[in-house]
Amino acid sequence: MIEVPEAPAPAPVPVPVAGLRTRGWLRSNPLLAFGGAVSALIVIVAVLAPLLAPDPGDAGSATHPFDVLKAPSAQHWFGTDQVGRDVLSRVIYGARISPLVALFVLLIACAIGIPLGIAAGYFGGWLDDVIMRVTDIVLAFPALLLALALAALLPPSMTSLTIAISATWWPWYVRLIRGQAASVAGRPYIESCRALGISRRRIIFRHILPNAITPLIVQVSLDVGGVILTASALSFLGLGAQDPTPDWGLMVSEGQTYFTTDWWVVTFPGLAILITAFAFNLLGDGLRDLLDPRRVILR
Amino acid sequence: MRLEITGLNVRFGARSVVDVDHLGVDDAEIVGLAGESGSGKSMTTLAVLGLANTVGATVAGSIKLEGRELIGLPEKVLIGLRGSRIAAIFQSPSMAFNPVFRVGDVALRALRRHGLTGSEATDRVDQAMRGVLLSPDLLRRYPSQLSGGQLQRVAIALAVALRAEVLLADEPTSALDVTVQAEVLELLRELRSRDGMSVLFISHDLAVIAELCDRVAVMQAGSIVEQGPTDQIMSAPQHPYTADLLRSVPAIERRA
Repeated sequence: MIEVPEAPAPAPVPVPVAGLRTRGWLRSNPLLAFGGAVSALIVIVAVLAPLLAPDPGDAGSATHPFDVLKAPSAQHWFGTDQVGRDVLSRVIYGARISPLVALFVLLIACAIGIPLGIAAGYFGGWLDDVIMRVTDIVLAFPALLLALALAALLPPSMTSLTIAISATWWPWYVRLIRGQAASVAGRPYIESCRALGISRRRIIFRHILPNAITPLIVQVSLDVGGVILTASALSFLGLGAQDPTPDWGLMVSEGQTYFTTDWWVVTFPGLAILITAFAFNLLGDGLRDLLDPRRVILR
Repeated sequence: MRLEITGLNVRFGARSVVDVDHLGVDDAEIVGLAGESGSGKSMTTLAVLGLANTVGATVAGSIKLEGRELIGLPEKVLIGLRGSRIAAIFQSPSMAFNPVFRVGDVALRALRRHGLTGSEATDRVDQAMRGVLLSPDLLRRYPSQLSGGQLQRVAIALAVALRAEVLLADEPTSALDVTVQAEVLELLRELRSRDGMSVLFISHDLAVIAELCDRVAVMQAGSIVEQGPTDQIMSAPQHPYTADLLRSVPAIERRA
């Protein structure tokens, strides 16, 4: 029945290629570029710590009784701490501790949050009720208090710290993903998938997940800073990393005694926390602008 | 009759929402289904697509496509018919496309699902795009990069590509502005005369129906109260409800 004549094709409009246009977005999104660059720098520092640190041994339990609490100098740029260790070396090695905790916490939170959120949002009904009420119960506890309680129950170590923070973090992701999944599941294009007889598994993985994941990616990158701050707070309270681990929070905690006289012991690890949290926040903000599917609207 | 509905009854529990004695669409005919919101127009569409049960309704009666009874067919067979023999387009084209896929990928996948090979599907989609007066280049774009009218035409192109005999158009122009609406109506007319496609055009907008349709059926509270050739219905409505509907169409006139 079809005999398509050569219909006049409309004049070809230059097709904007969606996705990452490498040159364009760097300029249009300086925050993302800056946040991304600093975040990448932190990762590089963490990876290359043994090469960058002037005194790699000081990241551990070394003591130098004759170099205690020396002010910043050409030899020790960030000064030395209460047992004579080079603060710069410890700050550099610290890039392997807090950000790694953040990475694991966020991975665990996603691993719990995504499946539960999708299940609640897509299937709805009693499953939704059960998942969301459990989530609400966990959320009802103040996050820091819950993490404190858990960390106090577990033997103080980085693993316990990671578990304690993860336990308070996942409910947010369940809620986020659930809301997205539920709104996507009701859209006509998902209904047409069902009408076409596409399998449930395929609908979830190919259609729901990619549409629901964007806010999560943004939230995760925004949360890197938050987890680092929480981990630092717990370490500061003595519930996370233990000496001689070069954790930034722990260093701030141990240095506070000397803060009035020897400011550098607290200030540099504190700055490291600040910069890391800030960089990942910028990265998150930038990603949100970049990944918003409604970003390109008819031009 | 290409599509013939007789004694169709759609009900939610004890409440009947559609009760249609007879409604048919002939080859290359555009039939308008008019009526106010909630009169059962969209439920009729769903019933024809075999999807009314998915919203919890029970369907009784007869719906025949080229003489073949659709009601009672197993879901597997219906899946094969949907999209390929009976296509449907809906009110908001932007919601009909998954924003994370290029429209062309959606189109190709839909065609492959109906048993076409990769290169066949590509050819058909390109051809269908030209058929709906769009450049195949647009297939590389994401839904957010196309206008509502372009998206609606891509949706229609899918129906064309699969050579559907019947197109159910459920308020396809209500979400589009007037100039774009004119494009889509022109396209439907073209498909009818060129490809012999039959269209069941559902709208609350009598002005659009008057312009497009060969015949009109007017629905009220689930039943068809009047049907006949468009001119006749528009000029001499027999049923008071039709007359009411016609009176409610705003006319362009200067205020005194």
